[in-house]
Order: sequence, then structure tokens, then C-alpha cells
Amino acid sequence: MGFSAPRFAARPSVDDGARHPVIVVGGGLVGLTAALDLAQRGIAVVVLDEDDTVSEGSRAICFAKRTLEIFDRLGLGRRMREKGVQWNTGRVFRGAREVWHFDLLPEPGHANPAFVNLQQYYAEAWLVEACLATGLVDLRWKHRVTLVEPGAEGVRLAVETPFGVVGLVADWLLACDGARSFVRESLALPFTGQVFRDRFLIADVVMRADFPPERWFWFDPPFHPGQSVLLHRQPDDVWRIDFQLGWDADPESERQPERVRARVRTMLDATVGPEAAFELEWVSVYTFRCRRLERFRHGRIFFVGDSAHQVSPFGARGGNGGVQDADNLGWKLALVLQGAAPEALLDSYDAERIPAADENILHSTRATDFITPKTAAARAYRDAALALAGEHAFARGFVNSGRLSRPCVLAGSPLSTDGGASGLAPGTPVPDAPVLRDGVATWLLAELGRDFTVLAFGDPAAAPEGAIVVSATPAPGVLWDHEGLAARRFGAEAGHVVLIRPDQHVAAHFDRFDAAALAEARRRAMAA
Amino acid sequence: MSGADRMGLDDPDAVFAALVAAHAGLDEASSRRLDAMLVLLLAHAVGDTGRVMAAIAEARRLI
Ligand SMILES: Cc1cc2nc3c(=O)[nH]c(=O)nc-3n(C[C@H](O)[C@H](O)[C@H](O)COP(=O)(O)OP(=O)(O)OC[C@H]3O[C@@H](n4cnc5c(N)ncnc54)[C@H](O)[C@@H]3O)c2cc1C
Repeated sequence: MGFSAPRFAARPSVDDGARHPVIVVGGGLVGLTAALDLAQRGIAVVVLDEDDTVSEGSRAICFAKRTLEIFDRLGLGRRMREKGVQWNTGRVFRGAREVWHFDLLPEPGHANPAFVNLQQYYAEAWLVEACLATGLVDLRWKHRVTLVEPGAEGVRLAVETPFGVVGLVADWLLACDGARSFVRESLALPFTGQVFRDRFLIADVVMRADFPPERWFWFDPPFHPGQSVLLHRQPDDVWRIDFQLGWDADPESERQPERVRARVRTMLDATVGPEAAFELEWVSVYTFRCRRLERFRHGRIFFVGDSAHQVSPFGARGGNGGVQDADNLGWKLALVLQGAAPEALLDSYDAERIPAADENILHSTRATDFITPKTAAARAYRDAALALAGEHAFARGFVNSGRLSRPCVLAGSPLSTDGGASGLAPGTPVPDAPVLRDGVATWLLAELGRDFTVLAFGDPAAAPEGAIVVSATPAPGVLWDHEGLAARRFGAEAGHVVLIRPDQHVAAHFDRFDAAALAEARRRAMAA
Repeated sequence: MSGADRMGLDDPDAVFAALVAAHAGLDEASSRRLDAMLVLLLAHAVGDTGRVMAAIAEARRLI
């Protein structure tokens, strides 16, 4: 069964002039994730989207392990795993020959695989359902924001709808309106970085083919000489093929179905054979960019996802990075709105997510520079690395067809406390591990919940009150670390106490329990 | 890096001649690629990121 895009009903807004605690502009992947996270924390959210459906075309297809863990907390992880295509192997070809392959499979003992491939439209459709199920997300389709007036007391919006223009006021505004963000433009904020002088044809192709569920990347294949090609499998027999075209290609003529069909045909003839039949589902031509805003928080406005930063897709860091932005902001905004933390907590969004965006931009830029060399020297080094890689394992490390999204370590975060313990450092996302609770198999991450959590390793009797105890031996109510993986991945010994933030990052790692130090770390993690 | 005061190779003339000879008959692009391969192979042989980075900086300084 293929996907059929839902059309959501647009209804008139009858609250002209109303004030809302949180308004999200843009019901795309990131806006919907932010809305769902806030709603699950008890915050009512209004989402305005200019369209009335989900993403056109597959766009973000590679959902990384950390994103799946976030979606697990939001209640959608299992659905994504079950529908998505799980893959761990990437193959790199030069010409017709495989030069090497890599295995992303982390060691066993994680609830989630390295990646699943799933079209962005599935993720968005399920996020919409989940948002509605909370009863706290007010989704308003065909609502285009056309005016943004920031103020100290709130942000005023004018919203164009099929039923006329309405005015709304937001205490806090989340600009999740994508790479061409209208909110960003109306604030006249510079969005700086670089454009890669190249064009890529992105096609979703429906076919039955026996390629394994792997990522295949060709440099200079015989069926598309001088350029690169990327092949990915998605659910529903949909295949994503990216053809590098070069800067001189004409985007208009390249997107003509006849022309795309001819390219795909040539590729299939050379790979699966002339009998393979296919249909085109979606075609687009892109020029990639890496750029970001200087700051992501502007008073009462937060830029989240592509509105804040844009990356080229090699490495799958756009959607994954944006979901991590939403994950970072949700709990902070909820605590501030509930009066449990000061507004200063919101400044840490910049402190934590700007370095994360820079890391994503760095990796995406390096991959794109490798794939699209800018100078004769860059081309020579790239071709040299490829020529060596077949026979010299060391040279494979230079071959960069995308360094796939990894969770960001929030090093140097103002919310972190150095607890003196060696082992997992503050700012690190909590590693998963299989554990048993009263004989029932579960995962460490699944046990953490939505608030701050204290994990205590070792003897339950010595643990702080309210802590989740991770024990090397079974005992009632504890998480029995029966394979020893939790302790190993934390680098924790008996007596260690770890304070974990609501977004599952380590706030402090102590080598022993000290009530005052723990309370202080918790205050700091809330910027109090 | 003070390369001038310490000569690590016992037959620099032979190495120099071999480097130049390796380019015989190559067009500009192949010649560049050969040099790039040599650099990558030698960087690996050095096996020390700091020393490789220092060599890059030194070459650039003298250009
Ligand atoms: C070819 C391609 C391949 C990619 N592959 C991957 C991948 O494999 N993995 C990955 O993680 N990422 C990938 N990405 C990136 C990913 O698609 C984006 O990072 C992601 O969609 C960003 O989500 P977003 O919600 O910030 O923006 P969008 O998904 O663009 O959503 C923006 C929303 O805002 C709405 N909107 C815009 N303006 C207004 C307005 N004025 N008023 C109201 N609503 C408005 C739009 O209707 C839209 O719904 C890829 C992107 C491309 C183009």
C-alpha cells in the first residue's frame, strides 16, 4: 500500500485578536515535533501552516537513531521502526566497482537501529495524528503568516486564511517555517553561509527491485559519467535516487519527466537490468546550501529547524538536526511557562543548539566539498583518495559521501555541572541499554520519562530518594543491568549518581551521592 | 618543523629523481592526482595528525 497524502480541513479562526502562550509557525517535520513535545508536557499550542497537507515528496528519509529515540519518547518510535526500512550498510562505488563498504550497526543492545529510511510525509502524517490525540494542539491549516511584529510583551501576527485575515498574539513564537522562513525575513535577519555551485536531481522512483536495503553511493559510475549518484530504499517500493548534475545543468529541462525517465532507465539497465519497470513519483532539482542565523533566539521568537540553519543533505542532518532543536527547546519552554524555571533557561537554547548546528554544517560542508570539488586540487585529492581506497584501507577514511548524523554532545553547556566522575561526560545524550525491571525486559531510555531523572548505580539502599536504581544484581523495583551494558556505557561504578535532563542528556555525573551537590546541579540545569 | 637542519633520508638525490620521474608522460590532471596520492600515502606513513598539519602549514608558509 502506497501513501496517499491527507488533505486537512481548513477552518476559520474565530479568535481574532486572541493571545496564545505558544504559536508555532509551520506545521512541517520540526514544527509538529515541537508542538507534540510541548503538548505532552501539558502546554497548549497553536500551529499555523500555510498548506493543508504533508511534505511533498520524500525529502528527509534517513531518520537517525537519536531522532528515533526522541520519537520513542513522543510515542511514534515503534511505528517508524515498523514501517521504515532499517539499514546499516553503506557501499561506495567508483566507476562500476565497489571500493568499500561500511557498517553503521552499533554494538547490539540498543532499542533503535542506526537509521531507518522513511519518507518525511509519513512522519508528518503521524505527528499530526499524535498532536490531535493530545487535545492540546490546535492545528490551523491554510493559515499563512503574513506579518510579524515582535514586542517585549508578545509577538503580533497577521494570518491570511481562506476566510479572511486574522490577528493573533503569541507569548512565545516558534518559527518553524522552513529554509525560506518568512519570520526570519520579516525580522531582516541575515542567513549566511555558502551555496554549492552544483545541482542535484532528486527522484522518488517506484519499482520492484532486489537491491538490498543499503545506501549505495557511486562516484563516476558508467551510467552517469563524471558525476555521483546516491540510491536509497524507502518503504512501499519507493527508491530515492539523487543524480549529481553539475552547475551548468538547466533545472527546468532536467526536471522534465521524459528526461528523468531516461536517466533512471540508463541507471537501471546498468544495475538491475532492462526488465526492471518503474514509475516516477516525485522529482525535484536542488542547489544545496549550508548557512545559519547568527542567533536562534530573538526575544520571544525562536528559530527551530531549517529556519535557523540549513545543510546539504549528505549526512541526513537537516531533519535530524531540527528534531533535536525541538527536543532541546520543548522542556525549557514548558518549565518557563509553568513558572518552574526562569526565562534565562531559554538562552541555553542558543548556547546548545548553535554549536550543534555548526557541527552539522561542518560535516555537511566537508561531504559536499568532497562530492563537488571546487578546485583542480580538490578534485585531484578526491580522485586520489578514491583511487587508493580500493586497496588501501587507510584511504577509505578520506572518502566522504556523507558523515551520517550523530547526536550532538552539548559540550560546554551552561546547564552542565562537572560532577567529578570519569565516564560519561555532561552534555552527552544518554546511551541506551537493555535492562530488566522486575523480570520484564525494557530499555533504559524507555524508563527515563519526561522530567529530570536521577540514575543511581549500585546499592538501592544508598540511592537518593526518587532515583531510578541501576543494579548489577536483581532486586525489586530496580533496573537490573543484567548484561552490564548500562554501567559500561556510562562508565559508571557502584555509587555513581547521574542527573539526566528531560531531553535525555546528562546534566551531571557524580562519583558519589551528595544531596547538596545534586540539588545544585539541578538548579543549574534549570538556569535557576 | 625544522627540516633544513636534519636530513632524514640517506639518498635524497634518488628520492628526488624518483619523484620527478614518476610524472613522466602524465598530463596535468594525472600528474596532480599522482602527487595527491603520494601526499595521502605519505601522510598515512607519518601517522601523526599534528605532524601532517604542521607540514601543510609549513608548505603554505613558504609558497
Ligand atoms: C532533497 C532533500 C533530502 C533531504 N534528506 C534528508 C534526510 O535524509 N534526513 C534528514 O534529516 N533531513 C533531510 N532533508 C532535510 C529536511 O527535509 C529538512 O531539514 C526538514 O524538512 C526541515 O523541517 P522544518 O519543519 O524545519 O521545515 P519544513 O519541513 O520545510 O516545514 C516548513 C513548514 O512551514 C510552513 N510555512 C512556511 N511558510 C509559512 C508561513 N508564512 N506561514 C505558515 N506556514 C508556513 C510550510 O507549509 C511547511 O509545512 C532533506 C531535504 C531535501 C530537500
